[in-house]
Amino acid sequence: MGIIHIQAPVVSDELDSLRAGDIVAISGYIYTGRDAAHKRLIECLESGKKLPVDFKGQFIYHVGPAPAKPGHASGSAGPTTSYRMDPYTPALLDQGLKAMIGKGFRSQAVIESMKKHKAVFFGATGGAAALIARSITKVEVVAYEDLGTEAIHKLYVVDFPAIVIIDSLGNNLYESEPPKYKKP
Amino acid sequence: MRELHVDTIKTTVKELFLEANYVIGKDIYRKLAQCQEEEESPIGRSILGQIIENDDIAARERVAICQDTGLAILFIELGQDVHIVGGDFNEAINQGVREAYKEGYLRKSAVNDPLFDRINTKDNTPAIIHLSIVPGEKVKILVTPKGFGSENMSATKMLKPADGVQGVRDFVAATAINAGPNPCPPIIVGVGIGGTLEKAAQIAKFATLRQVGQPNPDSRYAKLEEEILTAINKSGVGPGGLGGTTTALAVHIEYFPTHIAGLPVAVNICCHAARHAEKVL
Ligand code: SF4
Repeated sequence: MGIIHIQAPVVSDELDSLRAGDIVAISGYIYTGRDAAHKRLIECLESGKKLPVDFKGQFIYHVGPAPAKPGHASGSAGPTTSYRMDPYTPALLDQGLKAMIGKGFRSQAVIESMKKHKAVFFGATGGAAALIARSITKVEVVAYEDLGTEAIHKLYVVDFPAIVIIDSLGNNLYESEPPKYKKP
Repeated sequence: MRELHVDTIKTTVKELFLEANYVIGKDIYRKLAQCQEEEESPIGRSILGQIIENDDIAARERVAICQDTGLAILFIELGQDVHIVGGDFNEAINQGVREAYKEGYLRKSAVNDPLFDRINTKDNTPAIIHLSIVPGEKVKILVTPKGFGSENMSATKMLKPADGVQGVRDFVAATAINAGPNPCPPIIVGVGIGGTLEKAAQIAKFATLRQVGQPNPDSRYAKLEEEILTAINKSGVGPGGLGGTTTALAVHIEYFPTHIAGLPVAVNICCHAARHAEKVL
């Protein structure tokens, strides 16, 4: 299986041709966001204020990295479980968010919203956090610094290893693959 | 009566949390390698390969195996002939946790109030301490940093005695299988049967810490462990939940006497980053 190289963020429909099961390497920059940051972003939208980040064409990685050791760009940084972001995700997709990186089931509401906006959910290997950190070359905090590990960070990545779990048509690897290995 | 200074406890707790967070147990590592050979799914094999490579990097560079370095949990067996001197026992443990998480570049994941404030305590305390007093003058400290991707997929159920073996088997297997990709499979399934609500949960956690591959000494429970493991691995969930024959590395059951009217069962799911370390002082 070949590896598809992806540049993040995207300007238009670059991700539309990806299909569930494609192995990708992501380079460019992505934003981090987990529970507390998502909650704040949505509160910000609800109060009619401008978001601290323009999410058009962007990728959000569901992660709360460990602190970096001296000499390392990033501490261990594997995905956190994405369903906790489900209540907030459609509103961010409405803002132009194009891709999420995480792990675990997504709700039907999220998948419908992804189809509508032609967004993609990439999976990174849960617990492969030290390995993934090697693809992160620089980390900046861009919003909500007081949240510590939960602040929104901008990560510069080179060949970040991921797999397409849910593509822009709603094909879902979590549904298609396990039945193939189910035994009576 | 043997005297033990709190500083020794603090230093030991610190070292154990560093070790546990950086170096995966040999038993788990070997099992992952074996499963990688036997895994039927190509995606599954590549995920197991990433996990093994990750564990190599973490041990070599002494960085966290997983960014979720968990809540700090300890099981301590305190010899009744030991006299702790020099300060507060619980505070020494928390200080050891504080120093490990600060100096070891480990993530601080504890919030002060679960419901209203949810403010990070910034030093990963308080630790959760399970203490038992035992004969003798030794102190055994077993630490486990526990991530919440898998903790959140755990469950308890108060079964009826009539539900029996079948009821236990179905509940445990369903809890593990329905968790799908969320707890970072391959998982280790800790099961506590009997006692009360909290006793079952506590021994389920303890069960996750047993060496992988070591069955329960009671052959009936050992057989049940095997059966549940087989059922989980037939589900197809696979590594990362992306399909395959390796969903769980082990099922470990611990049991305890219970009430004539009850059959409590707790299932504590632990991910492949099943981190623990121990030392006897
Ligand atoms: S479930 Fe385990 S491996 Fe997965 S992110 Fe949490 S601690 Fe890491």
